[in-house]
Amino acid sequence: MKEQLQKDFYNSIKNLSLSQKDIEIKKFCLDNFIDKGFPNKKEEDWKFSDLNQIIKNNIGELSFYNDQASTNKVDTSVFVDGLEHNKIVFINGRIEKIDFEYEKKDQIEIIDQSETINKFENSNSLSDLNNAFTNKCFKILVKKGYHLAKPLIIYHTTNSKIWSKNINLRLNFELDKDSSLRLIDLFNDASEKNFLNIFYNFELKENAVLKNYKVDKFENKNIKYSFNNIDQDKNSISETFILSSGSNFSKNEINCNLNGVYASAFVNGVFSLNNDKHHEIRSIINHLTENTKSYQLIKSVLEQSSKAVYQGKIFVNSDAQKTDGYQLSKAILLNKESEFNAKPELEIYADDVKCSHGSASGSLNEDSIFYLMSRGLSYQQSRELLINGFLLDVVEKITDSEIKNLIKNMLGIKE
Amino acid sequence: MDNRQKEINNLKDYKYGFSTDIENIQAPKGLNEDVIKFISNIKKEPAWMLEFRLKAFERFKVLKEPDWQKPKFPKIDYQDLYYYSAPKSMKDKPKSLDELDPKLLETYKKLGIPLQEQARLNGIAVDAVFDSVSVATTFKDELTKQGIIFCPISEAIQNHPELVKKYLGSVIPTSDHFFATLNSAVFTDGSFVYIPEGVRCPMELSTYFRINASNTGQFERTLIIADKGSYVSYLEGCTAPMRDENQLHAANVELIALDDAEIKYSTVQNWYPGDKDGKGGIYNFVTKRGLCKGKNSKISWTQVETGSAITWKYPSCILKGDNSVGEFYSIAITNNYQKADTGTKMIHLGKNTKSKIISKGISAGSSDMTYRGLVDISSKAKNSTNYTQCDSLLMGNKCGAHTVPYIKNKNSESNIAHEATTSKISEEQLHYCQQRGLNPEEAVGLIVNGFCKEVLQQLPMEFAVEAQKLVGISLEGSVG
Repeated sequence: MKEQLQKDFYNSIKNLSLSQKDIEIKKFCLDNFIDKGFPNKKEEDWKFSDLNQIIKNNIGELSFYNDQASTNKVDTSVFVDGLEHNKIVFINGRIEKIDFEYEKKDQIEIIDQSETINKFENSNSLSDLNNAFTNKCFKILVKKGYHLAKPLIIYHTTNSKIWSKNINLRLNFELDKDSSLRLIDLFNDASEKNFLNIFYNFELKENAVLKNYKVDKFENKNIKYSFNNIDQDKNSISETFILSSGSNFSKNEINCNLNGVYASAFVNGVFSLNNDKHHEIRSIINHLTENTKSYQLIKSVLEQSSKAVYQGKIFVNSDAQKTDGYQLSKAILLNKESEFNAKPELEIYADDVKCSHGSASGSLNEDSIFYLMSRGLSYQQSRELLINGFLLDVVEKITDSEIKNLIKNMLGIKE
Repeated sequence: MDNRQKEINNLKDYKYGFSTDIENIQAPKGLNEDVIKFISNIKKEPAWMLEFRLKAFERFKVLKEPDWQKPKFPKIDYQDLYYYSAPKSMKDKPKSLDELDPKLLETYKKLGIPLQEQARLNGIAVDAVFDSVSVATTFKDELTKQGIIFCPISEAIQNHPELVKKYLGSVIPTSDHFFATLNSAVFTDGSFVYIPEGVRCPMELSTYFRINASNTGQFERTLIIADKGSYVSYLEGCTAPMRDENQLHAANVELIALDDAEIKYSTVQNWYPGDKDGKGGIYNFVTKRGLCKGKNSKISWTQVETGSAITWKYPSCILKGDNSVGEFYSIAITNNYQKADTGTKMIHLGKNTKSKIISKGISAGSSDMTYRGLVDISSKAKNSTNYTQCDSLLMGNKCGAHTVPYIKNKNSESNIAHEATTSKISEEQLHYCQQRGLNPEEAVGLIVNGFCKEVLQQLPMEFAVEAQKLVGISLEGSVG
């Protein structure tokens, strides 16, 4: 893999106009990655999902060089109907379109930050890989006091031109004081056996509100890793919703730092898996100052030999008195081959806190099915109704009604 | 007899705390094959036992000290320890309590364990361990009548080799983790219990451990076998004298329950925790594992952990037999600079297996406490259930309380429920108690005892009283 990485690396920097210093930094990151390789189960954070093995089994040899000179045609059929929205379109990792047609132009700034390197805490070798190979990176700045009129949808599209490739992309967001952003990440893959490595960094200033919905719904054979770093100032709110369903393997990581008082973070997730899919959500909420709040709810429905993993950590610093932290994960295993693993973790250094977590996994409740069947529903109908209600609980947590309806439709959940 | 009298006369005055000065036979410092042969030789062990030890030592050489645990400790120089020391007067074993070294008996008295009295009044057979060799075994006759074997493991190796050979290392193999392997190589003594088929052990079996000679790591090995349809309740209690040097304790405890058998294992651990500044104290790195081998068998661990500078142990159950049950009840209290990383593992392999985990952690002062547990339901363990509850209580903002549960469910017909909470003693509760005339310390004691009640209830009577007192004593000075 080493030769391949080096060859692809020189190919990819060849076409970029980088300063000597930038090249050196990128080279440094590459060497770091070569040194560590893909994360494997020997690392505590990857204990339940051995990415190295998964890539080996599903893809085999990866190549890292993407020729991004030519443009791809934007397929408008993937766009969401019935919801007016702003767009950013990635095709095969290349930004094809940035369109904020519904917004005031002077309130949003798009800054080219391709030369900056992101260093994340609680991160891994994949951030080195990302830093070494991303060649375009934008920062989207929402200015003070501005609320976007329409949600922003980021389309992550791949087409059949790519195969066994690693795609790296990175975006930075800054929400200035009193601003807000609704963001949907929508995955749409027509390709197979690629590894997508996505890093987002969010900076939320005072009173800013971020709502991020990640929707990976459509069946595909790709492997995805997504890392979100969220830094939150005073009174800010972040809401993250993850629908984890379509890809063969997917791992979403949320690292949230509550730096300002009264900041709050919400992480909600749904795993709806079938076949041999293996998905994971790992969240780390760092309560770093007083009076911060976090709430997490993760629900899974697992069919066939699918596997879901939830690793959630609540960290409370010794300064973070009056913290309120809550975490709940529930899973229904529908097949004897399916598997649910959880590691809900609390690390607490302050005494005046209220932190709790719960985790439950098991089969569908036979009593409930009996109850419904005795009222005339078939077994299949009862089952669907119960699963429907189980998942609805999480979807109802979405605070934006337009997007809630969109996601309900996608999941086929009825009220 | 004359010889022993002479030795007793030669004993020097007490030096520290209540460390008894009895001349020790010590193996040369360090760890190598010769030391292992020395231990094996002095215990007059058969060849297969030496082989067992050497095999473990071979494995130990390639293993690395684990470093994933939360409480970090200075590197232990395993070559700088004594691996065997025994009170010299024990070379020829006394036949009854009266023959015991009076000084030994006095030490026990200071610790509040009047051996004869306790044995007589409480009906407990006490197998006291002084350093590494068992001193006295009482109530042997009554146990013998029922066919129960309760003796030091070194004796069992001589007298019941077929049982030891069959079961020793069957739950904790010689190739297990670092400290367990070390124990397999150099273990000196411990208890052996065999309950024959269909026998309900008429009394609580108990061992009081006591660490004495400075610089000797204690490597106890306990093996309890409950044959078909039998029942036994075993108590383990520990106290240690004041000492400034860290002492390593790496015991191995193996429990085996056959069809329809039940083992109840209770521990009150109150070893020297170090002084107020975190100096000294015992390192308690124990491997405890129970195997529910037969159908309908049950193993229950109850522990009250208040002592030791570092406690690092996970009493576990392997639920292999169908319908077997595993339970774990724990109270862990850390104060000052104590650190604890404790919890349990419940491995469900058989059908209809059940496990229950109740863990209560209390940290005060500058201490740090971690619950770390694993619940693993394998794909064959149909219709299994687990219930886990771990609550932590924090007192003051310099301490830490952590919960790290690993939950693996590979069976759709099985259910796992886990909950954990972390909080502090509510002002309202304190206010309520104080209003009724309790001082703050009493109020905290009362509330904490209530917090722990679920676990304290599981202890046998004799222990429950002692444990309740311990809970109060351990938290002294942590309020206000």
